[in-house]
Amino acid sequence: MISLTDFLIVSAVLFCIGLYIIVSKHNAIQILIGIELMLNAAILNLVAFGKYDRFNNGGQMFALFAIVLAAATTAVALAIILNVYKQYKTIDPGKVDRLGD
Amino acid sequence: MNLMQVLFYFMALVTLASAIFVAATKNLVRCIFMFFITLFGLAGLYVLSLADFVAITQIVIYVGGILVLILFAFMLSGKETLNIIAQQKKSFISIKNIPALLLAVLFLIVLINMIIKVDANHLGWIKKAIDFKNNIQPETNMTENIGVNLMTQYLLPFEAVSILLMVALVGAAHLSRKERRV
Repeated sequence: MISLTDFLIVSAVLFCIGLYIIVSKHNAIQILIGIELMLNAAILNLVAFGKYDRFNNGGQMFALFAIVLAAATTAVALAIILNVYKQYKTIDPGKVDRLGD
Repeated sequence: MNLMQVLFYFMALVTLASAIFVAATKNLVRCIFMFFITLFGLAGLYVLSLADFVAITQIVIYVGGILVLILFAFMLSGKETLNIIAQQKKSFISIKNIPALLLAVLFLIVLINMIIKVDANHLGWIKKAIDFKNNIQPETNMTENIGVNLMTQYLLPFEAVSILLMVALVGAAHLSRKERRV
């Protein structure tokens, strides 16, 4: 059997890659991808521990809820990104520095 | 080293390699499609963790929904994003990226250290779960159990998520509608 520590290490590495993407990229879509990677690392942890809960399914159930919430987040974030593009003609978060009047 | 372990290491390699490629590449289209590979690899890891229903949901929602949304946003935001990408013609480790890399690596060291100290295989409740035969065996059928639990024990979170999905739907439609001139 695969030990839990292996799953945890894979998810830690994924989380740190997501962190690197969020901090270093200059593009709102890539930052969104980084957030999705971090969310997926968390979901992998939930699923790996959910193996030891057969009757209540706590881990798998909340992994499903987290996936649905990530979908909702992405839809709203992409609508916001499109609006920002319409207003500023760029999606670099460092250049969005004026308030819309 | 049985087949399951070989598959696990293969899936982990595919997932991590494509994630690193997503972080390293300058081309946004390649970045999105490698993210696709990462999500498939993660679905494989879920299957190896005996959560087949979550894996199918991952493929349907992430690959079918979120990725198409990201591609749409990329195409609708037009030429300017491509110009931004073309401007940063530096290598992976440029002087601007060193703080980010340092942050990620230090955080990784902290996390790995903590994981090794916790030693998750010998936690108390996991041993108890194995003693009471509460762990999922490869031959158990989990989907039925998930359905029954979703309608009984987890009914309140389920309804809350449904309301939140509706709010997100209305909000996204409101945000992206055309401005009407009065």
